[in-house]
Amino acid sequence: MLGTTVILAFRAINRHKLRSFLTTLGIIIGVAAVVTMVTLGNGATAAVREQISSLGANVLQLRPGQGFGRGGGGPRPPDFKERDLTAIENQLTGVRAVAPVVQSSGTAIYEGNNWSTTVYGTTSAYSEVQQWKVTDGRLFLPEEEAAGKSVCIIGNTVRTNLFQGAEPVGKRMRIKGVSCQVVGVLATRGQGGFGDQDDVVVMPIKFVQRRFTGDRDISQIMVAVDDAYDSATVQNSLEELMRERRKIKAGDQDNFNVFDTKQISDTLTGTTTILTQIVGAVAAISLLVGGIGIMNIMLVSVTERTREIGIRLAIGAVAREVLMQFLVEAIVLSCLGGLIGLFLALIASVAIAPLMQVPFLFDPKVNLIAFLFSAAIGVVFGYFPARRAAALNPIDALRHE
Amino acid sequence: MAPNTANSPIISLRRVTKVYGEGPTAFQALKGIDLDIKQGDFVAVMGPSGSGKSTTMNILGCLDVPSGGEFLFKGRHVETLDRDQRALLRRRYLGFVFQGFNLLSRTTALENVELPLLYRGEDKKQRYEMGMAALDKVGLKDWWDHTPAELSGGQQQRVAIARAIVTQPDVLLADEPTGNLDSERSVEIMELLTDLNRNSGITVLMVTHEPDMAAFARTIVHFKDGLVERIEQGLAA
Ligand SMILES: Nc1ncnc2c1ncn2[C@@H]1O[C@H](COP(=O)(O)OP(=O)(O)OP(=O)(O)O)[C@@H](O)[C@H]1O
Ligand SMILES: [Mg+2]
Repeated sequence: MLGTTVILAFRAINRHKLRSFLTTLGIIIGVAAVVTMVTLGNGATAAVREQISSLGANVLQLRPGQGFGRGGGGPRPPDFKERDLTAIENQLTGVRAVAPVVQSSGTAIYEGNNWSTTVYGTTSAYSEVQQWKVTDGRLFLPEEEAAGKSVCIIGNTVRTNLFQGAEPVGKRMRIKGVSCQVVGVLATRGQGGFGDQDDVVVMPIKFVQRRFTGDRDISQIMVAVDDAYDSATVQNSLEELMRERRKIKAGDQDNFNVFDTKQISDTLTGTTTILTQIVGAVAAISLLVGGIGIMNIMLVSVTERTREIGIRLAIGAVAREVLMQFLVEAIVLSCLGGLIGLFLALIASVAIAPLMQVPFLFDPKVNLIAFLFSAAIGVVFGYFPARRAAALNPIDALRHE
Repeated sequence: MAPNTANSPIISLRRVTKVYGEGPTAFQALKGIDLDIKQGDFVAVMGPSGSGKSTTMNILGCLDVPSGGEFLFKGRHVETLDRDQRALLRRRYLGFVFQGFNLLSRTTALENVELPLLYRGEDKKQRYEMGMAALDKVGLKDWWDHTPAELSGGQQQRVAIARAIVTQPDVLLADEPTGNLDSERSVEIMELLTDLNRNSGITVLMVTHEPDMAAFARTIVHFKDGLVERIEQGLAA
C-alpha cells in the first residue's frame, strides 16, 4: 500500500509541476534565508572574536585613576614606579608576563617623509604580553633596554608611510627630533576595535622616560594572565596588591583601575551573539511565512483536487490511502524544498562571506534544524487540509466544482 | 443470510429511505424503495427529475448510506458497513460510470484505467495487461497514451467505462452515461454496455431520461416522487 501511494504521490507531483514548484518555493526561500543569515551571523561573530583575540586576550591593564570616568577635581593620582612592576612580577601568581608602558605622541621623519604616530616605551615583555611578533629584524637586546638606547621597532603603518617600500631595518630615522635606529618591524595586526594598531613606534622604556616624559614614572602596566588561571581571580589579587602598595585604607576608593580586555571581548562577543540571534529570529519568521505559504497552496490545492479525491474514493480507494498520498506528496515536496534551500544557502553564504569580510563557517546544527523545521511545516500543513478532504463523502467530493 | 444462487437477486432494497438535511429543512428524497435486481440483468432507471434516481444509484453504489431500510448486496447487509468496508466493497465488486466522465486530468487513458488496479495492489505488468485489455474492449487500444483533454466526449466516456470494468466487477452502475453525448455516440455507448452485459456477464444498472437508450435494457424501473412507480420488461428482454 505504501508503494502504491508513493507512486501516486510522485505522479501527482510530476503532473502538476507548477503547483509543486510553488509549494516548494516557500520552503526553499525560508530555509535558504534562515541558514544563510545564521551562517553569516556566525561568521561575523567569529570575525569579531578573531579581532578581539588580536588585542591580546586576557590582558589586565593597570592605570592610575578611577577608570574612564575619572570624576572629581582632586589631585592627580600618582603613576606607578619600577618597584610596582617588580612587586607584580614577584608576588602575583597566574601571571605570564608583565610589561610597563609609557606613551607619547610625536612625528617620525625619514628622508623627508613625515608621519605622526604614537611612541610606546616598554620592554621586550610587551611583545610577549600582546602576543605580538616581530617579522623583520629583532626585539630589543637586554643591554639596549638596560641602557635605554635609541633603538625602535616600528609598526607596519609607520613602515609603509615612512619608508615607502625601502627596507627599514638598520636605517636611522628621527622621532620627536631624536635620531634612532630601526631594529625590527612588527607583524601586521590590522584594524582592531580601537583604530589602527599598526600605527606605532616601540622603544625601550628607559629611553622614552629620559628623552620624552622626563621622569621615571610608568603610566600603565600590562599584565598578561596565564591561560591556566582565571583572569578575575588574578585581577582581584592585583587590585589587593596595589591597594596595599598604594596604602589605600579599607573603605576608601581605589586611585587606580584594572581593566580586563577579556571584558571587552566578552561584551563584543555577547553583542554579536545577540545580533546573530536577532538575525536568526528574523530568518525564522521568514521560514514561518514560507510555511504559511505552503499551507495556503496545499489548502488551495486540496480544494482544487477535491473532485480528484472523490474519483479516487469512488473507484475504491480507502480514505487512508488518499490521505497517505497527500502526506507523501507533502513530505517529498518539503524535503526537496529543504534540500534545495540548504544548497542555495551554501552557495549564498560562500559568495557573501568574503564580501562581508567574515569567514564562512558551516554549521551542521543550523542546517539540520532548518531542514527538519521546514519538513515539519510541509507535513503538518500538507496533512491537515488533506485529512479534511479525505473525510468527505465521495459523492460530495465528486460534486465539488 | 440468503445463499448466493443464480435465482436470488444480487441486489435487494427493502423500504429504503433517504432524508437529506435535518430539522425543518430536511427533505425526504426516498420514501421507501423496494427493488430486486437479478444477477446478469440490464436495468434502466427512468423517471422525472428529482424523483430520486441518482440518490438510489449512490446508495446502490455504496457511495452513500440509506437513512432507513435494508440494503442487501449478494445477501450481505450493506447499510451497517463503515466507510472503509464500503470502499473495499466498491473496489471489489462495483464499477462506476458518471455523466461527467470524471477522469483524472493530465493523466493518460491507460493510467486512468489502471488506477483501480493500483488500489487493488496489482503489479505493474498485470496493471498494464488488464488496462490494455479493458481499453481494447471499449475500442480505444490505440489511444492509451492520450490525456482526457485530447479525447472526444464519447471517447472519454469509453475510457471511463474501461476504468469501471477493468476490475471485472459484478455490477456496473451508470448515472446518465449518455447525458453529455450526442445520439450517435450514445448508441455506441449503449452497444458497448449491452456487449458487456451479454458477453462479460456484468449486471448493468443505468439511469437515463431517453426512451431510446432505455430500449437497450431488459428491465425498466420507473421512479416517481421517491418511490418505485412500476417495473416493466424492456425491448431487449
Ligand atoms: N445532497 C443533497 N442535499 C439535499 N438534497 C438533495 C441532495 N441530493 C439530492 N437532493 C434532493 O433529492 C431529490 C432527489 O435527487 P436525485 O438527485 O436523486 O434526483 P434524480 O432523480 O437523479 O434527478 P435528475 O433526473 O435531475 O438527475 C431532489 O429533490 C434533490 O434536490
Ligand atoms: Mg440524477
